[in-house]
Amino acid sequence: MTDTPLLDARGVAKSYGAVKALTGARLTVARGEIVALMGANGAGKSTFVKILTGAVRPDTGIITIAGRSARMGSPAQARRAGLVPVYQEPSLIPDLDVAANLRLCDTPVAAFVGWVADLGITGLRLTDLIADLPLATLRILDLARALASDPDVLLLDEMTAALPTDLVENVLRVVRARADLGMGVIYVSHRFTEISALCDRATVLRDGRTVGDLRIEPGVEDRAVELMLGEKIALGAREGAAISARTGTPRLAIRNLAAAPKLADVSFDLHAGEVLGVVALEGQGQDELFDVLAGFRKSTAGTLEIDGQPARFAHPSEAIAAGLTYVPGNRADALMAGRSVRENIALPFSARPRNWGPIKRKMERARTDDAIARLQIDTRAQGEVQRLSGGNQQKVTIGRWLATGVQTLLLFDPTRGIDVRTKRQIYPLVRELAEQGAAVLFYTSELAEVRLACDRAIVIFNGRVVDIIDAARADEPTLMRAAYGLTAAKGAA
Amino acid sequence: MSPTDTDTTPPLARLGRILRDNPIIPLIAFLLLLVVALEFMRPGIVMPIRAGREGLISSFWLGNLIKFAIPLAMLAACQVLTMLTAGIDLSVGVVATVAAFVCATLSSTLGVPQAVMIALATGFVVGLVNGFGVGIVRVHPLIMTLGTGLIATGCLQVYQRFTINTGTLIPPFLEWLGTGRTWGMPNGLFLFVPFAIFIIWLMRSTGFGRLLFALGSNEKAAKLSGVKSWQVLMALYALSGLIAALAGLLYLGMIRTPSLNLANPLLLPSVAAAVIGGTSIFGGRGSFAGAIIGALILRVIDTMLTLLQMPEGARTAMFGLIILAVTALYVRITGTK
Amino acid sequence: MTALIRKHAWVIGLAVLLALLLALTKLIQPNFGAPGLESLARSALPFAFATAAMAVVVIVGGIDLSVASMMAVCAVTAAVLMERMAGVPALMIVLAVGLAMGLVNGALIVLTRVPDIVVTLAMLFVWEGMALLILSSPGGSVAPWLSGATRGPFLIDGLPMALVIMALAIAIVWLPIRRSKLGLAIYATGSDPLAAFRSGVAVDRTKIIAYGICGLFCAMGGLSLAALTGIGEPVPGPYLMASVAAVVLGGVVLGGGKGGLLGSIIAVFILRIIRTILTLMAIDPNVTTIVEGVIMVGVVMLGTALTLRGARR
Repeated sequence: MTDTPLLDARGVAKSYGAVKALTGARLTVARGEIVALMGANGAGKSTFVKILTGAVRPDTGIITIAGRSARMGSPAQARRAGLVPVYQEPSLIPDLDVAANLRLCDTPVAAFVGWVADLGITGLRLTDLIADLPLATLRILDLARALASDPDVLLLDEMTAALPTDLVENVLRVVRARADLGMGVIYVSHRFTEISALCDRATVLRDGRTVGDLRIEPGVEDRAVELMLGEKIALGAREGAAISARTGTPRLAIRNLAAAPKLADVSFDLHAGEVLGVVALEGQGQDELFDVLAGFRKSTAGTLEIDGQPARFAHPSEAIAAGLTYVPGNRADALMAGRSVRENIALPFSARPRNWGPIKRKMERARTDDAIARLQIDTRAQGEVQRLSGGNQQKVTIGRWLATGVQTLLLFDPTRGIDVRTKRQIYPLVRELAEQGAAVLFYTSELAEVRLACDRAIVIFNGRVVDIIDAARADEPTLMRAAYGLTAAKGAA
Repeated sequence: MSPTDTDTTPPLARLGRILRDNPIIPLIAFLLLLVVALEFMRPGIVMPIRAGREGLISSFWLGNLIKFAIPLAMLAACQVLTMLTAGIDLSVGVVATVAAFVCATLSSTLGVPQAVMIALATGFVVGLVNGFGVGIVRVHPLIMTLGTGLIATGCLQVYQRFTINTGTLIPPFLEWLGTGRTWGMPNGLFLFVPFAIFIIWLMRSTGFGRLLFALGSNEKAAKLSGVKSWQVLMALYALSGLIAALAGLLYLGMIRTPSLNLANPLLLPSVAAAVIGGTSIFGGRGSFAGAIIGALILRVIDTMLTLLQMPEGARTAMFGLIILAVTALYVRITGTK
Repeated sequence: MTALIRKHAWVIGLAVLLALLLALTKLIQPNFGAPGLESLARSALPFAFATAAMAVVVIVGGIDLSVASMMAVCAVTAAVLMERMAGVPALMIVLAVGLAMGLVNGALIVLTRVPDIVVTLAMLFVWEGMALLILSSPGGSVAPWLSGATRGPFLIDGLPMALVIMALAIAIVWLPIRRSKLGLAIYATGSDPLAAFRSGVAVDRTKIIAYGICGLFCAMGGLSLAALTGIGEPVPGPYLMASVAAVVLGGVVLGGGKGGLLGSIIAVFILRIIRTILTLMAIDPNVTTIVEGVIMVGVVMLGTALTLRGARR
């Protein structure tokens, strides 16, 4: 490999308001080299990818491609500079046919057709409408289009997710062959099996910084997991972890549940008094699982039973009536930013037409005060929820369901992006709710939380439950391996 | 832990926040400024004493200002309520006209109470159709209410041909409401003050009002909390139709000649009054008190433009620009859409 | 061949429907012939241009509520200018005015980041006011050749001149754009702005240009209005709702990316011929207005419902 790297990005930083998404990312790719870009959820990977592809401008940082300083002001400029991306969501225009999509990027048709054949797609016509083609084919077409434009650097962002194995093999083969002819490849992925099969090197991001470069060799997985986890801030141990008895009819019994597009087949029981953790990398089907349970999405297969009664929700109001209350991952989805803390907490009270009349101030005050007190919400800026800190905002979304009464609480990453102090208040609260008889489903992207808040955890990979781990042995490396599907891979091998 | 307080925000945003919290104060200041300007343009119009006549403040001028602001403010209530949910009701002008026309033509044959009921019912029905289109079919409110307005206009024209021979009668109490004065103030206030109190109460102290804010602030959050938006939207647009019809009846008493184009010119000012009054066209924020001040401001501007002999076209264009400028400023200040 | 039919199934269906309606007209009124066709084409002229204008912005993912007002501005500009100067330069100026108004709309949308529907609602009133400022009441006059141009047949009997002008004007503007990369960019932006951005399309610029084209078509609509009436009318006509309905019926999906101008223009004729049929059946013209309104609202509601269902799938 030559001395000057083909792509060299260093000192890349980006802040969104007060949030520092990237503080010091670095990445080099040599000619003919395939580099994996890794990082746990929230490490800044997606921001880095956006900067490399020109979708977002960095605050600071230098990016050179083939020795030329590249200005990545827009995706078009990035393409001209020689970097072409392929995303998990193909960037083909759904309402145009294949030929028109090629013209849009000035892609040579003959080369494209060649790559399509090489990648194992047959029977494609250039007059086919993109919207009529299956997602797997679209990813391949996107890759073929990228290859046909003969880029210096190819960036593949999770493009093999949910792709059939034969196509994945084709992709890996073609990309390797192309790299051997001198192209550089950035391979963003969660999948160790693919990374070890394809890549030469892995660059690991953590907390917005590049924390290490690893040569791909046997045993690299452990080193990568270690780097991605880093030294964690101790969140305080849970005291007196009572393992609740899981007997009798479960509050929630889920069998072979599937939902488009990513939830394939999930079964588990959730008992009253239990906190069940859900561990998964981004986009493994957990979003669909929570959406189905909260009444936002309909399942495509499988059953759901609540206290032994089959249930199916067409609207969140039905889920709420069945006692399933949902705290979504994105606080912005749950809050009325410009309204007061009390109004946000009291919102479900007015939902039904029979409660459209005068507000019962006394009852409402008593209940919201109780929720505010239990959650220790800082009410100094209660006039508008958007002026509260992230942690307090999150407390408001949970407080809403405390005020209405909790039976089954669906928490989707409730501690994402909030301060340690608030986190320490949320774990005991979750435990307390469970002890009072609530059932809690707790998805978390922060693996250390499983031990702190949960009784056990299910691990979802590729839309399926791959492992169920008791809190006692749910240390981070174990969970991380399971989340990366490594236990499954070992079992297969 | 500390909330993101005002000290970290840029001055423009801080100003915007202050204005957003207390939209009434700068609005009233602006209104007074306009009144002062008006007094300078035509000395004595506001303060007769300066022109050598009796009185510190002309009760005639004030009464007239309020009188003509009332129907405008009532139609602005329709816009405020619908805009809270990020909607709009462009059928109010037509609905008010239809209600007025129906009432005037039926009063002589069916009797006044029946005529008034039927007039209000027509507004309610148009509102229900709007609510169906917006809440259930999910057509954009602008397009939907524009369409029902068109159909209602057609219906009015057909209806008019059947009533060409029956005379019109303006119900006396509407005339009393529209043109009469008590202690120098227009009698319309007897209708408007309770109406305004009701709307403000509805917005602040009822579950329904809370849901209007909720739908406009974050429809997803409302859905998450179990709110079925179609129910709210149906009720909202029906209410809006009813209010528009009521405003039409009052306007009939004021103008005293039913025409096929009676209240249509009030449509654009009603949107402008709501927007000037601090109601966001993107939903979740608005106040009826602001819209009332907005209606008064528009009336004063109207008087000034008349004094300046500004042509009709310039007024229309200016109202359009006001709506665009206020909305763009709001987007710039808050960074939201 | 079958693929071609499948791809254009909607347009073909519309054409068949139009043919059936024409046959029905002939059935109701046996003397319906060349003069009837001509008056149909003439009355459809402003509607067709308004619809073409609306179609372009809907395809790019927007909507322009100010089409009728822009047409009014162009009509009065034409009537005022043609009183004072030669017809051809006046025509050029009017086209430039339309283009400029459209570009202003587009630029305001892109610069202020206020949604299309709100900006164009405000601009509806601004342009309406402008029209009134140019000409406070109907007046002015139009070059006689312009009025004459829309009358009579073209070459053969039964092919109305108005239809030929409409087809030529729209084709000259739209076909080169449709075939170029700009056309692709317009469809791409409307279909999926993020994918278009990632594919290297300058989304903002495309949007502004699309609104410019909309303005240009509005200018043609205004000119045809002036040609039909012989004067300039400052009050906007009923073209907003009609154009939205025709666009939706024509297979252009509100939200963008789908459909084309041909289907929309056929839809205009379908909506117009329904009016002709109702008139021939001696139905009160006001009732006809109601029926038309109900059809238009129904079409838009149906279109929205179908789009939402498609999005959910």
